[in-house]
Parts: sequence; C-alpha cells; structure tokens
Amino acid sequence: MDFTGAYSWVNIRFLLDGLLVTLEIAAISIILSFIIGAILGLVRYMKVPVLSFLAGAIVDIIRNLPLLLIIFFTYFALPQIGIRLSIFWSAVAAMTIFESAMLSEIIRGGLNSIPVGQMEAGRSTGLTYAQTIWYIIIPQALRAMVPPIVSQFVALVKDTSLATIITLPELTHNARIVYGQDTNFVIPMFIAMGFLYWVVCYTLSKLSKRLETSNA
Amino acid sequence: MIEILTNYNDVLIEGFINTLIASLIALVISLIIGTLLGISQVSTNKLLAGIANFYVQLFLNIPLLIIVLFFYVVFPMFFVGVNGFTAGIIGLTIYTSAFIAETVRAGILGVPNGQMEAGLSTGLTYGDTMRYIILPQAIKIVIPPLGNQFINLVKNSSVLAMVAGLDLMYYGDLIASETFNTFDTYIIVALFYLIITLPLTYLMQYVERRLAAND
Repeated sequence: MDFTGAYSWVNIRFLLDGLLVTLEIAAISIILSFIIGAILGLVRYMKVPVLSFLAGAIVDIIRNLPLLLIIFFTYFALPQIGIRLSIFWSAVAAMTIFESAMLSEIIRGGLNSIPVGQMEAGRSTGLTYAQTIWYIIIPQALRAMVPPIVSQFVALVKDTSLATIITLPELTHNARIVYGQDTNFVIPMFIAMGFLYWVVCYTLSKLSKRLETSNA
Repeated sequence: MIEILTNYNDVLIEGFINTLIASLIALVISLIIGTLLGISQVSTNKLLAGIANFYVQLFLNIPLLIIVLFFYVVFPMFFVGVNGFTAGIIGLTIYTSAFIAETVRAGILGVPNGQMEAGLSTGLTYGDTMRYIILPQAIKIVIPPLGNQFINLVKNSSVLAMVAGLDLMYYGDLIASETFNTFDTYIIVALFYLIITLPLTYLMQYVERRLAAND
C-alpha cells in the first residue's frame, strides 16, 4: 500500500475531475428528467385519455428495467438504428430516460397528495381547470416533491458509477485508471473514491431529511 | 430477434436463472441483516445503535458498484479469490441490507409510541414488547417498501455483468457482441427482466391497496 504515491496531486486532481463529470452528468440528467417527468406526471394526473395510459405503460416499463441495461442500450444499440451519441450524451440520455420515469412517479404522487378539496375550491372561485392546477395544486405539490427528488438525485449520483462501463471519465472510471497503474494504489483509491461519493451523497441525504422535516 | 432467441435460449435462460438466484440469495440474507440492523438502530443500547447507524449511513451513500468492485478486486488481495457471481452477491447483500434496515427502522418508528408504553406498563420487557407488540404492527407498514426493495434488488443484480457475474445482463452483453445485433438483443434482455419485475410491481401495488383498505 502506497498512500503518498497514490494521493499525489496529479491523482487527486484526476479523481476530482472525475467527480466533476459525475456531478455534471447527474445535474444535467436530473434537470432534463424533471421536465420530462413533470409532463408525464401531469398527463397521468389529469387523466388525459389515451396519453395517460401510454405514459403509464412507458413509465412502468422503464422503471422496471436495470439502469445498466438502458446505458448499454443508448450507447450500443441506438447507433444500430442511426442514432449516434457521444459517450457523455449516451450517459445523459440513459440517466434521463430512467430518471424521468422515476421522477414522474414522484411528481404524480406529489400532485395526488393534494386534497381534492383544493381543486374544488379553486374551481368554485371561478378559476379554470388549468389555472387551478398551475396556481393552486402545483405550488403545494412542489413542496411535497422536493425531498424525494433530492433523494432521487442521491441515487442518481451513485448510479452514474455504472457509466464507467462505456468509459465515461467519471469518478469510478478515473479511480480504476489510477489503481490500474499500480497494485499499491488499489486500496488508497477505493478509500478515496468511496470517501468522495460518501461525502456528496451523505450531505445531500441530510439536506433531503431536513427539507422533509421543515415541510411537515 | 427470433434467431437470437432460438440460437441463444440456453444462455439467456442460464443468465435469467442466475439473476434470480443472485437476487433471492441476496434478498434472504439482507432481510435478516437488515432487520437486525433496523431493530438495532432504534435500540436503547447506544453502542449497538451507533454501530448499526454507522453501517447504514456508510452503505446507503456509496454506489453499489464500488462495493461489488471492492469484493472483486480488493478482497482477493488479502483473502481467497472470489468469482464475479459471489462478489456480486456479497455486494448486493451488503448494499441492500442498509436499505432494508432503513425500511425496518421507519416501520418500527411508524408504530405509535403509546404501543411501547402500553406494552411496558403491562409488565412486558422491552424485548417482549418489541417482539409481540411493535414488530407485528411494523410488518404491515414495511411490506410494500420491502417489495420495492426486492424489485430494486433484481434490477441492481445487473451490476454482476460488470464483474463477469454470469447474470442475464452479462450474457446479454455477450450475445450482443457475438451477433452484432445489439438492438434486438437488449430488447430481449429487457423482456426477461420485465418478466420478473413487472408482475412484482403490480403485486406490490395490489398489496399496498389492500393494506390501505384494511386500515
């Protein structure tokens, strides 16, 4: 075991570069997923005929598949039908597809948690259906959604490690490159990457818990 | 697509069975460890609660892949070598135990405080109250989230493919690289996963509704 060699500034910088890619991928994916998830969730909440059923079927299929399979799919299978994405965007696409399904369930749950009386009250004051959803239901539902979305983001940060399979230069991938050079670096690298993931995820989980209690 | 199914049905089925075996073994062991950890977390014994909390907070916040790689790469440096299948199962068990512990802890805390007080005041010990009063009620709360944990476990077992774990995803990848027909292969692999996860999802939704209706 060679801690001083493993933790040379070059290696640490390399790990931090990886962590940056990890966070970048997670952040872009969660934003895109929120938009798509919100559309899917709203369609199902409003029970739009046909569309609602379709959205439900797609969501159920996607969230019952392993993310790893979806990563393989966007990187190896999409080119076969003419869609060629870079490693980075394959990873973003896979995470977004998977997380949209997850977030749409959270968003739908958040919307459903608002009592029916709120809708009735909104309508009876003369607001339209759309206005009631936009001004009355969504603002209240958002508060209920934030903690589970933060938890989902934690899961996403951990899941980005799977994209090492398509050689995305994220934290796990970079750590593996460093310990591949020297067996003495293996344990220091496992400690370092475990520590980095842990700090990010633990901090965010605590934030999610705090938001949950401050909401109640 | 049909060709892949007919030419590779034996490997696909082997992978499917390995995925099921890995998930079931990990489920059974992590149910035991997770329940013990969950009970320990709410224990009045500070040391026990501290150790359980440490375990849970550690493994909830580290990617599953890192844990599996640890057993695949680091473990053999000191102890015996483990194959990908075993390393995968160990990793899945350690990781899932933390999630089950959280579920069990939430279930126990979900039982009103008065139940514990009532149990103790009738003369039962802490252990007996836990066993006969709290846990039976907590089980009702934890069944739906435990079902979801099992679904996650099946999906997470695909991580075995990254350490040559002979699971469904691993063989799927193998078939894809042999046939060059990635698109169809992954669709078939997806269908095999859905055979396990979709019925479980709907079963859990049904159970959840039934339990809610009983309240």
